[in-house]
Amino acid sequence: MAARVDGDVVSATGIRRTFGDAVVLDGVDLTIARGEVVALLGGSGSGKTTLLRILAGLDPDATGHWRVAGSLAVVFQEHRLLPWKRVADNVALGVTGPGVRQRAAAALAEVGLAGRERAWPAELSGGQSQRVAVARALIREPDLLLLDEPFGALDALTRLKMQALFNRLRAEHGFAALLVTHDVDEALLLADRTLVLDNGRIAQDAPVPLPHPRAPDDPGFGNLRRRLLEQLGVSAAA
Amino acid sequence: MALVVAWEGASRIGLLPEEKLSSLSQVLRTAWRLARDGTLAAHLLDSVARAGTGLAIGAGLALVLGSVAGLLRLGDDLIDPPVQMARMLPHLALVPLLIIWVGIGESLKITLVSLGSFFPVYFNTYAGIRNIDERLVEAARTCGLGRLARMRHVVLPGALPSIFVGLRLAIGAAWLSLVVGETVATQNGIGFLMMEAREFNQTDVVVVGLLIYALLGLVSDVVLRILERRTLAWRRGLTAT
Repeated sequence: MAARVDGDVVSATGIRRTFGDAVVLDGVDLTIARGEVVALLGGSGSGKTTLLRILAGLDPDATGHWRVAGSLAVVFQEHRLLPWKRVADNVALGVTGPGVRQRAAAALAEVGLAGRERAWPAELSGGQSQRVAVARALIREPDLLLLDEPFGALDALTRLKMQALFNRLRAEHGFAALLVTHDVDEALLLADRTLVLDNGRIAQDAPVPLPHPRAPDDPGFGNLRRRLLEQLGVSAAA
Repeated sequence: MALVVAWEGASRIGLLPEEKLSSLSQVLRTAWRLARDGTLAAHLLDSVARAGTGLAIGAGLALVLGSVAGLLRLGDDLIDPPVQMARMLPHLALVPLLIIWVGIGESLKITLVSLGSFFPVYFNTYAGIRNIDERLVEAARTCGLGRLARMRHVVLPGALPSIFVGLRLAIGAAWLSLVVGETVATQNGIGFLMMEAREFNQTDVVVVGLLIYALLGLVSDVVLRILERRTLAWRRGLTAT
């Protein structure tokens, strides 16, 4: 385990991944600084999720060099809770040491689910389940949080609440994050920097110089939004 | 209910001769007599012990082999094809061969029960493991769970509903195998009680034996269902509708 030092949480060069003849990632270079939130955008099938899975250590067939310094936790698009474990046991999965029970309760309280420790995942709504998945990541006190379209399957209202929750947790915990999303607004609301993945490479790397808290009607938001959409091949007429 | 009345009525008016089928009241009287003098309990105990031993061996072996075949590619290649082939063989047809191999004693009955209960547990363990959502296993990996911990927290509980289905089928197969096994050269057990009664044309005892077999099947199924409901409490809709 790397000690907590200032520097990059993720440093990767030349990540390549092919599925048969299809080259999905063709030499991706990527760095994420400690505490930095990076949004990864790209069209459908552009390899966003593939890149995240590689960093999560879930893809043994990728080539190139990458290093994740420190601890890591993943939130997937689906909550992926074990249906046969109560909420608290899902949160504490794989966590050992004293006070696990209290830590799980604290993590649940942080995502607004205090007192639901004994519930079964099947009893929760989609938004609640995803909150539990976030709590499961938080309890690990990660240096790097990998999020794969974490709010993509939620309804619009719940999504807004989850985005606000993310910003709050991020301010409190100071984790770095790689947020895979196809939602340009979400990227601009949450990230310090946006990357656009196209043809297997990082096609655009732009900072988001907006102060928190952010809203879509902030000055400058529209400009950034238009630039991103153009890069994604969508004409920004709307 | 109508069947019970028809049965008793037919016996009373002599439509159903005593030597073909005893009346219900006669059967119940015999059951009471056998229960009181301890004959029934002794034979019942022997039968249950056989079924239990055979079931433990068969289901235990099936759990191990099913898990190995379900989890390891090598296990799948080595274990599954022969098991699939053996499955096509009705195991009760093996009785003549088994008599030559293990004799006509206790081991014959236990072998038969083991064989009968092996296949349902094996297939359902295998299928249960293969049907586990790969994404849950992945999530467990990102939570830092090693291979053994993933087995304990993801694979086993995930396969459990399917294993229970296998066990329930296995219990049915175990009693069936026992019925056949106990008709071969036995000195005790419910099957012996029935075979002996047949020699003396005691149809009432034969029917008592049948009822006991039916009750045993019913009771074991209920026990397993209770167990299932307790272990699988997380499944929503298990008790619904």
